[in-house]
Amino acid sequence: MRRLFAVVLAVVMILTLAACTKVPANNNGGEDKAALKVGLICLHDENSTYDKNFIDGFKAACEKAGLKEGESFFIMTNIPEGAECKEAALDLADKGCTLIFADSFGHEPYMIEAAKECPDVQFCHATGTKAHTEKLANFHNAFASIYEGRYLAGVAAGLKINEMIEAGTIKAEEAKIGYVGAFPYAEVKSGYTSFFLGARSVCETATMEVIFTNSWYDETLEKEAAQKLIGDKCILISQHADSYGAPTACEDANVPDVSYNGSTEAQCPNTFIVSSRIDWEPYYTLCINAVKSGDAIPTDYVGTIETGSVVLTDLGAKAPAAGTAEKLAEVKAGLQDGSIKVFDTATFTVDGKTVDSYLADVDDMGDYVGETEVIKDGAFLESEFRSAPYFDLDIDGITIKE
Amino acid sequence: MLGFHIVKRKNMEWWKAWLVRIGSILLGALVCAAVTVFLTGKDPVNVFTTMVDGAFGTERRIWSLLQGIAMLLCVSLAVTPAFKMRFWNIGAEGQALMGGLASAACMMFIGDRFPNWLMLIVMAVTSMLAGAIWAVIPAIFKARWNTNETLFTLMMNYIAIQFVSYFICVYATGGSGKIDVINPVTHTGWLPAIGGKSYLLNIIIVLILTVIMYIYLKYSKQGYEIAVVGESENTAKYIGINVPKVIIRTMIISGLLCGIAGFLLVSGADHTISRDTIAGRGFTAIMVSWLAKFNPVVMILTSFLLVFFEKGSIEVSQLCGLNASFSDIITGIIIFFIIGSEFFINYQIKKNEKEVKAS
Repeated sequence: MRRLFAVVLAVVMILTLAACTKVPANNNGGEDKAALKVGLICLHDENSTYDKNFIDGFKAACEKAGLKEGESFFIMTNIPEGAECKEAALDLADKGCTLIFADSFGHEPYMIEAAKECPDVQFCHATGTKAHTEKLANFHNAFASIYEGRYLAGVAAGLKINEMIEAGTIKAEEAKIGYVGAFPYAEVKSGYTSFFLGARSVCETATMEVIFTNSWYDETLEKEAAQKLIGDKCILISQHADSYGAPTACEDANVPDVSYNGSTEAQCPNTFIVSSRIDWEPYYTLCINAVKSGDAIPTDYVGTIETGSVVLTDLGAKAPAAGTAEKLAEVKAGLQDGSIKVFDTATFTVDGKTVDSYLADVDDMGDYVGETEVIKDGAFLESEFRSAPYFDLDIDGITIKE
Repeated sequence: MLGFHIVKRKNMEWWKAWLVRIGSILLGALVCAAVTVFLTGKDPVNVFTTMVDGAFGTERRIWSLLQGIAMLLCVSLAVTPAFKMRFWNIGAEGQALMGGLASAACMMFIGDRFPNWLMLIVMAVTSMLAGAIWAVIPAIFKARWNTNETLFTLMMNYIAIQFVSYFICVYATGGSGKIDVINPVTHTGWLPAIGGKSYLLNIIIVLILTVIMYIYLKYSKQGYEIAVVGESENTAKYIGINVPKVIIRTMIISGLLCGIAGFLLVSGADHTISRDTIAGRGFTAIMVSWLAKFNPVVMILTSFLLVFFEKGSIEVSQLCGLNASFSDIITGIIIFFIIGSEFFINYQIKKNEKEVKAS
């Protein structure tokens, strides 16, 4: 009897609740039903510097376009990289969104599945690799030439090290940088290599040690990795992982830090030098305008310094070396006019040799085999054949610590 | 001194108990409404219709809700026999993850050797074996050497997670830490969609398992043995039940079901494996099972409640621009009230009569 009652109750609840749904819940739009609606799917929420960077750019672009949160733009946070992502994307499409973004690498296959189900909706995936091989008209990848931003941040780091050498705090041969990386993945390798090349362009004796945390977001692991690097006599730390773990470890130990995805000046006033980040707002604005006017969204979009996608935060108030701002302006101009190339093959070696040919795994078919020649005219052409980075060489001067 | 004391109730009539439960859920809903209004400044009625809309608003949402219920229920069914035996199996997360890993490995490495129907059977069987192995290890230690199963099963979770991480590192040599969707073109090892509904098969399988588990626990001799061991091990020994045997057998069943949950998640939903495939269901399942007093049929209701509030509050948080943690807050409040209601069903509060005289 009790059990029967439980079952009946369950059924009644489901039915009554289902009946309630006849009432239109979001009747706040009024008559303007055809208005543009856009959605963003995030792996974490704004507590992750990575996701916050996307959320901020998205909100800014939407608000400029006159969209309102909860009515014409929607943000779904903490969406795992599984079937839930497809559900979330399709749910946004059901809501009337015709432009849907996702921010995490692992969302890509589910975004592709959603794109196949909804050919009238545009799906844009940041950091993904498959748009140019999937060849769907409504699925697009985007990234930015963040290696240029990393290079600039590296220059700021190199200047700081020079200052430490001149002040006699360290000897020239002790110029070892520590780097907390997420995964031994091209995006991370491209990032730390460009950062290192930037530092070495002003400080010849610089070397670097990298620890991978094998997680994109793990505050404890990142903090411990930074502490380990500091214990290993690294005199400056940078990171490609998404929490405040590494910067706060630096602040505690009073070691200068170059962060990523946004300024950590507020948390780390004594040690923060500068941070590079991708500003996603220009891309979001471009897509919103494209959908409004019916134009095509590029299959592979690479934001640059010119488009305003690759930016440096303000310099820290205390930590940066004197003259950093001037030097950065000079290098930035060099990057923009092409006189400085980040991955100039004359500036690095692999196993003691200059690299003059390299097949990169640009077509990500799950085989992990390189098929595209990416070195041309003395430079590694990063983000040329697809938007997501594919520089994954292990260059001399950088050691990976297990 | 407190002015009251607590006494155990004699059995409350079932309909009264249900009135208390429904009342407390409504009370919990009121508190949720108050919190929501405080956070968003929106009309509480609107918030609740939005919640219902989030769970049932479209056909897709209903399927997603049913899939959510089915997956949580499947893991809950798995932990139930162990908990009924008072074996604190908090390792369902790891057992299901090992099942999922086995499925993913089959899809990757032997996907081209069998026709798909046979492939699915092979995957289901290997997943069940993997789950059972992960569950039986702590059971053997418990049965033989009386080790603490709570710690043991908990630790096995971490080993399973690290095992999956290792597997991903070895296979995804690109270093991304992600295994792509497996067999995206051939769909080998994917549970087929029935009538275009990709989750329907998952839901049917879990429903069948629910019925089987109900019958097993209520009407089979083994189910009775589980209940006796759970009530008192000494009684069980006295009436001639081989306790170690029951512990090991029950945990194998628990592990087999966890393996099925892993199989359904990998083969029927994600089509890949990651550290987060089970997404904490192994722990939520314990609550589902306890709230339903280990009754598989009532568990449909309890898992519905949890999944409903989860889906509903996700919609509210989206429309009101709140963080997704809002969903956890709402679920927490509701669970607090449900657990609280059990207290009032089992105990009653009485005034201290002597206290009155003394004052």
